[in-house]
Amino acid sequence: MKICTIKELLDARVLAGEERLGNHVYSACGSDMMSDVLAYVKDQAVLLTGLVNTQVIRTAEMMDMVCVVFVRSKTPTPEMISLAEESGLVLLATDKRMYEACGILYSGGLVSNKVKKATV
Amino acid sequence: MSEALSFRFSVDGENFTSAGQASVQVKKNLRQLGLDPEIIRRVSIAMYEGEINMVIHAGGGVAEVKVAEEFVEIILEDHGPGIADIEQAMQAGFSTAPDKIRSLGFGAGMGLPNMKRYTDYMDIESKVGEGTRITMRVNIT
Repeated sequence: MKICTIKELLDARVLAGEERLGNHVYSACGSDMMSDVLAYVKDQAVLLTGLVNTQVIRTAEMMDMVCVVFVRSKTPTPEMISLAEESGLVLLATDKRMYEACGILYSGGLVSNKVKKATV
Repeated sequence: MSEALSFRFSVDGENFTSAGQASVQVKKNLRQLGLDPEIIRRVSIAMYEGEINMVIHAGGGVAEVKVAEEFVEIILEDHGPGIADIEQAMQAGFSTAPDKIRSLGFGAGMGLPNMKRYTDYMDIESKVGEGTRITMRVNIT
């Protein structure tokens, strides 16, 4: 799924990485606990979260994720936006809640079946 | 045999916002060295979890990363309270982190298990009241 499709499906605002909306996302993860996010590596993933602090951006960066969607109208700080720009992440914000946002993307075809074990 | 490259970082224990900066830098350095992306990802996630742990539990510490021919080694050393029961601390879901840390997205009891999962070797030396030294290795070949 292209990031611009995620933006449309979730009626989201683009906060960083406008020029990378054409990039593809192959899997997704929804969580407010960063250690849970860090537990499983996914390919070119999007992270949906209601958590707002700089560690969300660092977690996404460590996992080589390509996009972060902030749910429930959460807005990242200017520092987070600048960190995201530095690391080439797309940041989106939607008014939808976590459950609804995940459901919309899942029914839209973004099925999180590409999880792979970290240690190969 | 060439000498191992090494990077050393001081981890600020007072500032949760800046936690992870050393891991970000290590990721950049390893990319410049042209290492396999999967290896880089495993090293940086393991180090990031360790860095967060040092900030949450130990008031900071020192992180050292060595790139040898056969593996990347990460050594994290702190002078925090130490780990009383390492076996218990290694169990997924066990955490002594305060609620304040949970509200920041960490402290789910996944840090140490994740560090073990992403590395090929992990050793914890810890003395209560003195500190903790964690050595991790990710094989390159």
